[in-house]
Amino acid sequence: MTGTTERLSPLSVPTGAFAGGDSAPAFDVAAIRADFPILGRDINGHRLVYLDSAATSQKPRQVLDALREHYEKHNANVSRSVHTLGTEATAAYEGARATVAAFVGASRAEELVFTKNSTEAINLVAHSFSAIADDPRFRLGPGDEIVISEMEHHSNIVPWQLLCQRTGATLRWFGITDTGRLDESNVDTLVNERTKLVSYVHVSNILGTLNPTKRIVERARQVGALVMLDASQSVPHRPVDVAELGVDFIAFTGHKMCGPTGIGALWGRYELLDAMPPFLGGGSMIETVLLTGSTYALPPMRFEAGTPPIAEAIGLGAAVEYLSAIGMDAIAAHEKQLTAYALDALSTVDCLRIIGPQVPVGRGGTISFTVGDIHPHDVGQVLDAEGVQVRVGHHCARPVCARFGVAATTRASFYLYNTTGEVDALVRGLHTVRKVFG
Amino acid sequence: MRLDELYQEIILDHYKRPHGRGLREPYDAEAQHVNPTCGDEVTLRVRLVGDRIADVSYDAIGCSISQAAASVLHELLTDRTVAEALTVTQAFTELMTGRGAVQPDEDVLGDAVAFAGVARYPARVKCALLPWMALKDAVARSTATPADAPHAVLTSQAPRNEGGTHD
Repeated sequence: MTGTTERLSPLSVPTGAFAGGDSAPAFDVAAIRADFPILGRDINGHRLVYLDSAATSQKPRQVLDALREHYEKHNANVSRSVHTLGTEATAAYEGARATVAAFVGASRAEELVFTKNSTEAINLVAHSFSAIADDPRFRLGPGDEIVISEMEHHSNIVPWQLLCQRTGATLRWFGITDTGRLDESNVDTLVNERTKLVSYVHVSNILGTLNPTKRIVERARQVGALVMLDASQSVPHRPVDVAELGVDFIAFTGHKMCGPTGIGALWGRYELLDAMPPFLGGGSMIETVLLTGSTYALPPMRFEAGTPPIAEAIGLGAAVEYLSAIGMDAIAAHEKQLTAYALDALSTVDCLRIIGPQVPVGRGGTISFTVGDIHPHDVGQVLDAEGVQVRVGHHCARPVCARFGVAATTRASFYLYNTTGEVDALVRGLHTVRKVFG
Repeated sequence: MRLDELYQEIILDHYKRPHGRGLREPYDAEAQHVNPTCGDEVTLRVRLVGDRIADVSYDAIGCSISQAAASVLHELLTDRTVAEALTVTQAFTELMTGRGAVQPDEDVLGDAVAFAGVARYPARVKCALLPWMALKDAVARSTATPADAPHAVLTSQAPRNEGGTHD
């Protein structure tokens, strides 16, 4: 078994929802749970234990109410009407943009482009690169290199493979260490004068690893490469400040942070967005259209062709307000407690192997594991019978599974509404799994 | 839900002690099927003597349901005519896609009746069908191949994931 060197001494973790330690802010998980109607549901005769927030989070009443209020009172298309409803809808849509932009530390709201999800945000950036780009930073051809990592979700692999196929550029990647960390040891050769962009995951959706940015960003700056972070699993769970990170782009998605599906965001430095060509063409993204040619709107409108997901953007704004009121520091601290508790509790299950960092440091609240040679499908099925909802499979990160020599894993992922009691339910379920298949 | 309705003793027995496992020579056709969502894979070979299936051999990576399904398939179809095998395959497919409403005929399906409960779990139906779909392909391939042709190998994928999350 790999990756045991990080194991720390036994951790002292309070049981139950913690009531504020020396460093932890007060966090009332019972009050938070009351905001999420779905958590009152029973599954197969057991109270729902939802441990799949890395796939999608549950939604609080505040977000559901914002969606309903928009459709019941303010529904109209945005940015094209002088009537009252159109004005209200536009104000709400642009208000959501400002809220989400401020949430990630953007210097101005115009740096925040609404997309369908993280995948679209990454594809948008990928399509900015071409052999004929006006700006040399986005010009890509044979001899140029894009750098990703072995830890990526397929959404941060395939768009770059396609881009390299289109342009003749070369795709390279950082490896993963045995303990599930990003291997930065070769950063100085991997990121070099040929590198145009480094795009990697901030928090891994399968290993849970929180990746550092300082060294890579510094090296990218030395060689004039751009840096993009897939922040799908970080923005929902911890404070993320783009100025502090010093990167050029981040992608994240609404449905993993208590918001609706169908809405995500690309944050980019304004000066870069302004240098980028349009992505999709259509209404709303133009300045002037002649049949002989068109000119394009400024960012962010340049990248928002067609009627956008208006209600969803407003819902995401409500989700950000909800999370901000609780505090991202408090949410991160709560998840860290849960993760520490879970890592200890899971170590009591025979034959359980954690794939990823085994200490609650430099990682998020997503834990992948295998149980002997029992297939994750069977693990997930038995857990479901006890009301415990986990993800099984390769988590759209097949190269990670290959790296650790497993076909698939079972993954439990935590969020602000989870409790140590739910971790206990997971562990009880895993003992049942051992009984059925042992 | 009752777990033992899905994981019947017969299924767990076949999973823990699979029958006929391993790829054998000689064979007339081979098919490989993959389930891209869970990483399940089956490679299945058929050996025909006249119109009889002399052997079904297989190698499978996957969950208990798909492994047990391959084992049961081997038990049921070895030494049957191609026509009989396709009839059984058809009956099994109907049982699996019947959402729990189809009464299985034990005379036709033998141990495979234990999979009746699986039909109530849409996410697991494709696990049970994986080796059977490979069998169907391999049989089609072997009966369509001229006698002098080398081994026919067909590779294809199981039905695509329709609801995979992207996280």
